[in-house]
Amino acid sequence: MTTTIANRGLPAAEDIVGPTPGQQLRRRIFGHRGLMIGGGILVIMFLMALTAPFLAPHDPYFQELLARVKPPVWTTGEWKHVLGTDQLGRDYLSRIMYGAQISLLIGFAAAFISGVIGTTLGVAAGYFGGRVDMVVTFLITVRLSMPVVLVALAVVALIGGSLTVVISVLGLLLWDRYAVVMRSATMQIRQMDYVAAAKAVGCSTPRILLTEIMPNIMNNLIVVATLEMAHAILLEAALSFLGMGVQPPLPSWGLMVSEGKDYILFEAWMITIPGVALFLLVLAINLVGDGIRDVTAPENRN
Amino acid sequence: MSAVLEVSGLTVDIPVPSGDLHAVRGIDFSVDKGETLCIVGESGCGKSLTSLSIMGLLPKRAKVSADRMHFVGTDLLGMKERELAAIRGNRMAMIFQEPMTSLNPAYTIGNQLMEPLIRHKNASDKEARDRAIYLLERVGITAAASRLSQYPHQLSGGLRQRVMIAMALMCDPELIIADEPTTALDVTIQAQILHLLAELRKEFNSALILITHDLGVVARVADKVAVMYAGKIVEAGTVDEIFNQPLHPYTQGLINCIPVPGKTARGSRLGSIPGIVPTLIGDIKGCSFRNRCAFAHGECDTKDPFHTLSPGRGYRCTLDVPACEANAKELVSA
Amino acid sequence: MLVYTLKRLFLALLVAMTVSAITFSLTYLAGDPAISMAGETASDADIEYIEKLYGFDRPIVVQYFEWALNAFRGDFGESYYFRIPVADLLLERLPVSMTLGVSAISFAILLSIPLGVLAAMRPNSLLDRLALGISVVGQAMPSFWFALVLIVMFAVWYPIFPTTGSETWVHFVLPTIVLGYYATPAIMRLTRTGMLEVLGSDYIRTARAKGLPQHVILFKHALRNAVIPVVSLAAVQFGFMLGGSIVIESIFALHGAGYLAWESIGRNDLPVVQAVVLVFSLFYIVLTFLSDLLNAWLDPRIRVG
Repeated sequence: MTTTIANRGLPAAEDIVGPTPGQQLRRRIFGHRGLMIGGGILVIMFLMALTAPFLAPHDPYFQELLARVKPPVWTTGEWKHVLGTDQLGRDYLSRIMYGAQISLLIGFAAAFISGVIGTTLGVAAGYFGGRVDMVVTFLITVRLSMPVVLVALAVVALIGGSLTVVISVLGLLLWDRYAVVMRSATMQIRQMDYVAAAKAVGCSTPRILLTEIMPNIMNNLIVVATLEMAHAILLEAALSFLGMGVQPPLPSWGLMVSEGKDYILFEAWMITIPGVALFLLVLAINLVGDGIRDVTAPENRN
Repeated sequence: MSAVLEVSGLTVDIPVPSGDLHAVRGIDFSVDKGETLCIVGESGCGKSLTSLSIMGLLPKRAKVSADRMHFVGTDLLGMKERELAAIRGNRMAMIFQEPMTSLNPAYTIGNQLMEPLIRHKNASDKEARDRAIYLLERVGITAAASRLSQYPHQLSGGLRQRVMIAMALMCDPELIIADEPTTALDVTIQAQILHLLAELRKEFNSALILITHDLGVVARVADKVAVMYAGKIVEAGTVDEIFNQPLHPYTQGLINCIPVPGKTARGSRLGSIPGIVPTLIGDIKGCSFRNRCAFAHGECDTKDPFHTLSPGRGYRCTLDVPACEANAKELVSA
Repeated sequence: MLVYTLKRLFLALLVAMTVSAITFSLTYLAGDPAISMAGETASDADIEYIEKLYGFDRPIVVQYFEWALNAFRGDFGESYYFRIPVADLLLERLPVSMTLGVSAISFAILLSIPLGVLAAMRPNSLLDRLALGISVVGQAMPSFWFALVLIVMFAVWYPIFPTTGSETWVHFVLPTIVLGYYATPAIMRLTRTGMLEVLGSDYIRTARAKGLPQHVILFKHALRNAVIPVVSLAAVQFGFMLGGSIVIESIFALHGAGYLAWESIGRNDLPVVQAVVLVFSLFYIVLTFLSDLLNAWLDPRIRVG
């Protein structure tokens, strides 16, 4: 006799037509409040940095000595200087806009340099294991035991502060988390059957690393990169605040807080404005990082 | 005989993104003192959820309801968490599927074994320790006294499951629920553990509900059998009734899947049940097995009646008993 | 356990030696230390004199070992600026930094572990959202800015706490909040995810099946397992805090080692800077070593190998 495998009106789990993976991903992205808010702020910051040369109302370095420490427009200020002026009469809004360039540049560049170092070390340790792993783990431990702020301050002070120096120092110091995360991610992937399969058909090690390992640790890499970008931006601000980072007259937000701190008792807005700008930028980057993690690995939520 | 556990009309619903998953759809069963009830079915049929709902261990979002769920005369459903906790581990105990992860890695075997007795019977450390040693010996663990200070990670899976069994027996429970206790173990260990369970059940004269997907296990230890499919009981009866006179085509199919030495001809194909389980999200109209049933007909699309032949014996099908028996013969010869 | 301890100890010593070498090399980062010390107008003879005086003319390896051995004995040389032994300076300043570090990590732990546990017990509840908010804000807020905001609030609007100095415990309140809050997000997040993971584990189901009361399940069976990774993190954060104390100490004018290091960096007082870097690193190494031991004690899978 023949067996009928007709459904007879009984839907199987597979028969429930769900959204395609692409639709699901889109839905997750747009349904993720943190990602949307963070992404929105980040886009605004980018636009601010990019359009500063065209849209900034004033030259950020021009000192209008007769118009020093003018309050922003919502207190008693004028529309000429929407966010007021600093202790040298420079337009605050213009400096904030140009400051976004510095923060973003430092964030990206430092996260990139440290990303290259950390990923190389981490992937090597995770993939080759054994001695390589021991050496890398040792390097990570050494790096973690050096106090970052202190070492960065000392080095910047010894070599002299400039944008390049700050970027290089931060890039050379912040690779530890990349290495830690990439190492464990690579270790997990290395044990997968498809890596064994690639080895079995005779793929070369670089090829396996590039086509089998890298694509599968990309999510982790992006998430760490956002974290480190935020970290680098905060550190630069702290260094500049302490006077050992980006040097005046560059409009670094950390430097602006530092320059405004003599006025905090009466003109609190002078530290509030750059502080809020920093807070929002770092918040946005963190939200985007968390969002990417949630969206790409929804099973990890909660 | 008085029933230790009586359940009727039990349903378990789990909210999922695309609606409610009706995992258990109104089932009835009971176990008496000294009896072993096997609940059989493939994974996802709701048998584990049934056992967890009796223990009150389902996550909060799962919705449990029943017409009746009585444990030795008291209603389990109306109980507060605190009252339930006083029964759990004391008068009813559970053995889980995963011995490797079911013990807390941070505490010694002894500490974890002694806990229920100290908590429920106000036992002293000494009493609890003596009982733990006694039970470890009973479940066949050598050097029991020295095992007490060992940690779970120092024991093999089989030993850990023995510890879990000993733990379940600590307070001399009236009901033991074992949810696939041997699935995660090696085949040789499986037989030992089952044998042990059956033996201890007799010795302690408690009721045992054994959840399994393995009919071979059922044949060896069960008194009563309930076959579950897609959240419902499709056939119930004593172990003899189920094996000698399977009425539901699913039961018949399951039995057909077991090779019988001497009977199953060399080289002949083992039975299998074609098709897949329907989704349990949303309502199912008619018989939920009809898409896999060789004897399905028009009536099955709308009707799904349960016939009670005698107390504790019944099946769920649109066909009558003679027709079902004829189907069984046809399946065997096919 | 003994083998484990010895292995960790060996590793810690190796790390300490490497760190000290890196710290020592700071001397040469700025070029010839004799030239920078003598100043730009110095003659060749002056430089030569300084090289002889400080031993800069000898091979670097010899200089390093001499420095490291002296440091090991507690002799970090003499401050270029104060002209007194660096060790004396450190002994005077370190207690302030340690007090700040201990109170800050205590503040962070007392805030973040209960919040993380409560948040994990009721995911998506109001409390969980509050905890998430605290951690998101804490991660994004520049600590130096937060410190200034607190100064404005408590010096101008509600003058409750002093904002400079380190004489009494009251002086430590604001710095503790700022520095402690910095470590809170990471610890809280790890506690929450760890607790969530543990609460969903099979052995918690076993504990519930045994009929144990809620508080025993939470505090005996769940928290101990969830807290194991938190211990390491807290140790790491404590180490980071000492490094971060440089910012906080300089804002609140707390006369600790961080403040000393910042001032010394400005004064090119290298022996002091090196000593602080080395001491902070060694402290971190000791901390992580101790946290490894604590972990082994908490987690029998490490202890009983």
